[in-house]
Amino acid sequence: MGENKIKVLIGKPGLDGHDRGAKVVARALRDAGFEVVYTGLHQTPEQIVATAIQEDVDVIGVSSLAGAHMYLFPRILELLKEQGAEDIPVFGGGIIPDDEIDLLKKAGIKAIFTPGSPVRATVDWIRTNLGK
Amino acid sequence: MSGEKKFDQTDERRQAWEAIYAKAVKKYPERLPQFTTLSNEPIKKLYTPEDLAGFSYQDELGYPGEYPYTRGVQPTMYRGRLWTMRQFAGLGGAEETNARFHYLMEHGETGLSTAFDMPTLMGYDSDSPMARGEVGKCGVAIDTLADMEILFDRIPMDQVTTSMTINPPASILLAMYVAVAEKQGVGRDKIGGTIQNDMLKEFIAQKTFMLPPEPSMRIIVDTVEYCTKEVPRWNTISISGYHIREAGSTAAQELAFTLADGIGYVQACIDRGLDVDDFAPRLSFFFNAHLDFFEEIAKYRAARRIWARVMKNRFKAKDQRSMMLRFHTQTAGCSLTAQQPYNNVVRTACEGLSAVLGGTQSLHTNSLDEVLSLPTEHAVTIALRTQQIIGEEIGVTNTIDPLAGSYFVESLTNEIEGLALEYINKIDDMGGILKAIEMGYPQKEIADAAYTYQKQVDDGEKIVVGVNKYQMDDSLPIELLRIDEVVEKRQLQRLQKIKDTRDSAKVQNCLQAIEAASKNGENLMPHLLEAVKSYVSQQEICDTWRRVFGRYSDPGMF
Repeated sequence: MGENKIKVLIGKPGLDGHDRGAKVVARALRDAGFEVVYTGLHQTPEQIVATAIQEDVDVIGVSSLAGAHMYLFPRILELLKEQGAEDIPVFGGGIIPDDEIDLLKKAGIKAIFTPGSPVRATVDWIRTNLGK
Repeated sequence: MSGEKKFDQTDERRQAWEAIYAKAVKKYPERLPQFTTLSNEPIKKLYTPEDLAGFSYQDELGYPGEYPYTRGVQPTMYRGRLWTMRQFAGLGGAEETNARFHYLMEHGETGLSTAFDMPTLMGYDSDSPMARGEVGKCGVAIDTLADMEILFDRIPMDQVTTSMTINPPASILLAMYVAVAEKQGVGRDKIGGTIQNDMLKEFIAQKTFMLPPEPSMRIIVDTVEYCTKEVPRWNTISISGYHIREAGSTAAQELAFTLADGIGYVQACIDRGLDVDDFAPRLSFFFNAHLDFFEEIAKYRAARRIWARVMKNRFKAKDQRSMMLRFHTQTAGCSLTAQQPYNNVVRTACEGLSAVLGGTQSLHTNSLDEVLSLPTEHAVTIALRTQQIIGEEIGVTNTIDPLAGSYFVESLTNEIEGLALEYINKIDDMGGILKAIEMGYPQKEIADAAYTYQKQVDDGEKIVVGVNKYQMDDSLPIELLRIDEVVEKRQLQRLQKIKDTRDSAKVQNCLQAIEAASKNGENLMPHLLEAVKSYVSQQEICDTWRRVFGRYSDPGMF
């Protein structure tokens, strides 16, 4: 059973220290039965992608509440592509206006969860999209 | 005792009322199986004099401006002067933020408050690879004195007080502020303001850190020692619970960890050889105003009482000003919702009112759009008007501490005080706040509380209007502020120009002096002042420190 566990990386890219949401989500995912790797704070996109590949995760979640998501999130997608790992889906969370959510989705971020989203929504989304 | 004076469960009239209540509840059941505060403390249906048995007006309350300051630190409170209305501002470059400062001052703001961008907060210049995508995004970018000169252009620094929310490089920014004031012809003994300078809460909650805890404390004590002698009107540390609460703590945890941090700083300054009464009057506090109205009011009242007693009994302060807990308040950013954002005006008004009824000295009311982006001028004006309405229209400032003596408020104040003291004692038993942080104790307590709260919201046990109740499909569109990419380009050009034109031999000398002082324990402040005047950038100084002291990184627990 453990073999089939979905493995999730929760990453905090950039200099933003607001880790409440990332930690709550990481814990909720673990409680829901996923295997969770949390990067800790202040990671560069390069570090997050390297960890994701090394840990062989099934999905990456990244969180930013300091307004740098429009650089950091697409940069992660770019690096995944360079490493031939673009099959790992990436979702995001944080303070992100609606029109930027659209832009990020166009860039390839699969889903965005803003403050007020129940953590269950993230759990359900992963189950639906990575049903193992 | 006559029946008139008895209020306990055995009293006949009380028993009669309980019977009536029980009958009424049978017909109309209570709305909830259990009533609790936002922090999950149980609330009784009724508070009576029984709850305050043994309560002493003189010992627990005293008069306003008198020990233990439960009723406020000023004898006049808001009958004399309203609190300082200090809206946090920082956006894009120094030019834009300077314009916002002037705008706010023209609209009645009485103190400035500066938000810095993430690279500045973390000790990086705008041209660092670590700064990519973050320059000017959630505050103003300050690399060198040149930026600071623009930031305070046409701001009379002898007339305004300025709060700067900065932590790892706080001493550098303070040096820049002193240098700009001197260029305006204002002596360092004439400037007033606050640097946050609170690293302990960074390790606990906000996570903007650079150096390990020990050297971080040393630099903080340097600023306290320097300001005590040279910048007497400066508030040297703003001991902050705000971020502890935003990270998900309960009200009692916010109070306990903040006061434990305060105790840590006072002890460190005393260990340096400073006299408590020389520096303690310039310590100030910063609390969060969250949604549970009475719990918050009780929190501020308990805070003042605990601090007064700690300073008097534990640290043997003699000066009354050392015992007064003065505080700034900001309404809870984490209570705002992206859904139906106009509701945030109402949340903020209630939170601001609790801060005022709790006796705050200074207040920032959040703008309705802060959950989506930096505030627009329109939104920040509504937030400022909210404070003015509380201060000047609704009458709550007409008498001092109007809720004193309320059975409920005094009971809750006692209860929060007790809960906070339990935590403080536990931290003392661990060997102090630095040890507790190393063990991850406050971090773990806060993460647990945050997780519990999120589950309660997800399960509908705690109501968030517009989010888990009264949802609507379409929300009113609101205008958002965007930071132009031009800011980053202009910032990089300015920094490059400074680096090309400054005296590089002088820069090297300054950095060597800082390195030497960092190693030999000499007070760093005079060296920082010299360096910023020579346009040494803040990252150059911070890199020196990172080399000498090492870095702190997140243990990544969840």
